[in-house]
Amino acid sequence: MGNPDHRDNAGDAKSVTTKVQPSIGVGWVSALVPFALAILFVTFLPAIASGERLRFAYEWVPSLGINLTFLIDGLSLTFALLITGIGAVVALYSSVTLAGHLHYWRFVFYLLFFMFSMLGLVLADNLITLFVFWELTSVSSYLLIGFNHSSAKARRSALQALLVTGGGGLALLAGFILMGSAAGTFELSEIIASGDAIRDHALYVPIFFLVLAGAFTKSAQVPFHFWLPNAMAAPTPVSAYLHSATMVKAGIYLLARMHPALSGTDLWLWTLTVFGAATAVFASILALRQTDLKLALAYTTLMALGTLTMFLGSGATIAIAAAVTFLIVHSFYKAALFLIVGIIDYGTGTRETAQLGGLARAMPVTAVAAAAAALSMAGFPPFLGFIGKELKYEGALAVASEPLFVASAAVLANALMVAVAGIVALKPFYGHRLETPKLPQEAPFLMWIGPIGLAVLGLVFGLMPGLISGSLVQPAVTAIAGQPETVKLALWHGLNLPLLLSVLTFALGIAFYLGHGKLRSFLVRVEERLPASADELWDRFLDALKGGAAWQTRVLQGGILRRYLFIVFATLAVGGGVTLYVTGAARWPSVWPDFTIKHLLVIGLIAGGAVMTVFSISRLAAICALGVVGMGVALIFVIFGAPDVAITQLLVETLVVILVSVVMLRLPQLERDPMKGGRILDAALALAVGAVVTVILISVLDTPLDRSITAYFEDKSLPEAFGRNIVNVILVDFRALDTFGEIAVVAVAALGAFVLLKGTGKAKKP
Amino acid sequence: MNSLILSAATRILVGLMLLFSVYMLIRGHNEPGGGFIGGLLATIGIVLYAISHGVAAAREALRLDPLSIAMGGLGMALFAGIMAVFFNDAFFSGQWAFPFAEGDDKGFPISTVLLFDIGVYLVVVGAVLSIVLGLEEEV
Repeated sequence: MGNPDHRDNAGDAKSVTTKVQPSIGVGWVSALVPFALAILFVTFLPAIASGERLRFAYEWVPSLGINLTFLIDGLSLTFALLITGIGAVVALYSSVTLAGHLHYWRFVFYLLFFMFSMLGLVLADNLITLFVFWELTSVSSYLLIGFNHSSAKARRSALQALLVTGGGGLALLAGFILMGSAAGTFELSEIIASGDAIRDHALYVPIFFLVLAGAFTKSAQVPFHFWLPNAMAAPTPVSAYLHSATMVKAGIYLLARMHPALSGTDLWLWTLTVFGAATAVFASILALRQTDLKLALAYTTLMALGTLTMFLGSGATIAIAAAVTFLIVHSFYKAALFLIVGIIDYGTGTRETAQLGGLARAMPVTAVAAAAAALSMAGFPPFLGFIGKELKYEGALAVASEPLFVASAAVLANALMVAVAGIVALKPFYGHRLETPKLPQEAPFLMWIGPIGLAVLGLVFGLMPGLISGSLVQPAVTAIAGQPETVKLALWHGLNLPLLLSVLTFALGIAFYLGHGKLRSFLVRVEERLPASADELWDRFLDALKGGAAWQTRVLQGGILRRYLFIVFATLAVGGGVTLYVTGAARWPSVWPDFTIKHLLVIGLIAGGAVMTVFSISRLAAICALGVVGMGVALIFVIFGAPDVAITQLLVETLVVILVSVVMLRLPQLERDPMKGGRILDAALALAVGAVVTVILISVLDTPLDRSITAYFEDKSLPEAFGRNIVNVILVDFRALDTFGEIAVVAVAALGAFVLLKGTGKAKKP
Repeated sequence: MNSLILSAATRILVGLMLLFSVYMLIRGHNEPGGGFIGGLLATIGIVLYAISHGVAAAREALRLDPLSIAMGGLGMALFAGIMAVFFNDAFFSGQWAFPFAEGDDKGFPISTVLLFDIGVYLVVVGAVLSIVLGLEEEV
């Protein structure tokens, strides 16, 4: 990408050629798009708050029920606002951190590509459209994780994320197709409105598990969690955006969107609750074990995703409200904290907790932002996080089946969250000043404005929850529950059990924080005892897959042409023979056609050619005899009135003879020992194939021909396609797409042959 | 191959075969013929030339690399298909124009269908030649 600014400072011409320096002014442009979109989505708020649902439809493939339909309701608007709002912050931020990066513009393109895919995903109202955008987010995530493509670790992580989420995506596609056939439509809003249609359908269980496979891989639930921490190889703004605030929540979005159609069964309740709780607790314990701030945050993101899944398992309004509120809270504080960790990294050159301390003096603004975000994360009043946490406890207690289980999982996870908040936001900024690789300095305005803004929003919404409760949370809860719901957020809920649990959480959390050094070394010891981590298992799985592929390639692709032909023809003979026998399709014609001398001559020609081919000692003679067989076939076409086919056959036969003789004449003389076992086997196979094909042809000819298609072409050829030669009209007009496919194959075959010939290295004299 | 008779005859034959191949291509819509047949004919003509005069001479006479011819033909066929979209028709439906048409006389019909068939012709020529010429150089 050229940047006109450089022409002005021509004094430093050398650096221009090696490094493109996007000025900060240009970086604003990348933030402008998401910002404008965010404003656009804000204008929808009043309509959504009053309970409307806006639908936009464009036809795509209407004959298959696939349409570009988009729906804006409380749920999709909440997501759209988070995507565009945080997108703007991240774009601004990365215009500083990636300024001067050789591929800055590529980065901006990937980022916007991702943003539009994600927007399409949450706004889509058609299963197939949703799936297309779903896959696009996987692809853009792959590109963004692997953005530093010179690092092997980044490439591995990118591929791992792509394979895990892509594999889930395939399951999702299958689930969507089943769901579409069960509901009779691909339109999401119709499926959701269909009530118990899916739940009572015979295919409910497979649909459920397939959709869940998609959601769980995308949202990194245990046991698919391992790709998310690895995805932290991406630049920090990307981690903040994709792997915390937006993309990983796509699975949550899907569960929420499908809630009215799929939830309410025991299967849904138990699977989501158990996997969600397991993910939340497992991840928050592992978060304590990390020493890299970014990784610690990555594990807390996992915890958040688990919590959201757990609450979506329930059908209680309060649990859903807890999920929606926590979703918003989490996006705010987590994006802010990721960006803050990025600032710490940018300012000091390290993200290791052991090396960080006492930075508050050098980075006062960042410290304030960190404190605000961390307090929201820990759930202290009066931040929005507090409301979210109270709601979580209320929701947990409202879960009908196992309130104790869900509530204790929530308390444990939240207490660990308090500890991690302390590690990430307190420890680096307060206490003793520690030596860092770089002298710490405050980040530029464009970097800290985002985190500060997000943290302040967390505070403002905490103090005035009415700002979002009516306009966003309630419509979103309504959309998830599938029926109108009333939700009121409030900072003070009175003295009740949730508040008690909050106090317990803080006490536990502070204890965890104080003891986190010991806990960490304990966890490290436990980890060493474990046979293998999920990440290592993944590697073993991939190795096994590659080994299996190599093995079956060795077996099936031996590279011996003779064996290939043998397998192909044996399959033909056995498959055809068995089918004929089992179905009883073999027929014997009641009436034989009248053979004239003309026919008999052609048959004699073909048979004679075949015999000659098999028994001739010279290769050249064998090739020519083979040509005779081909010419005989061409004659059959001539006799039965297919001149086009006959000409083509004749020409192809000529070419084949030339081609084969060019190659074969260089080969040694044929060895033809009739007593050799291989040849007897070949002869038997050839006779078997001939017999099976003959029987098939005779049986086919004995069944009456359906001439309707032929009649259609005969009728339409001249008046509609202006051609009297039906064969050609079919080729170039009626079936032009097929022909195009065929010539594409021909061209690609030529390309392949070209590469094979050149690949031998002695093809062409210079 | 060093044969005076072959090379002398080839000079006339190649021209005739190429001309005939174009004739087959154009008449294909109403009589036996078409892009496949025309393309095969032209290919055989050029292969004949390569046998009598050598592959290098044949390549030189072609001027373009056979693979480029094939890809060009593929592009042309695709373009013919896309043309239909500009006339607000389904992908690959033939578009016709009849300049100089008077009454029953269709005048001088031109169509995307012919363009498509020329594309087929070029793909066949390019693809088969790139394989045959490559093989002849190889052995």
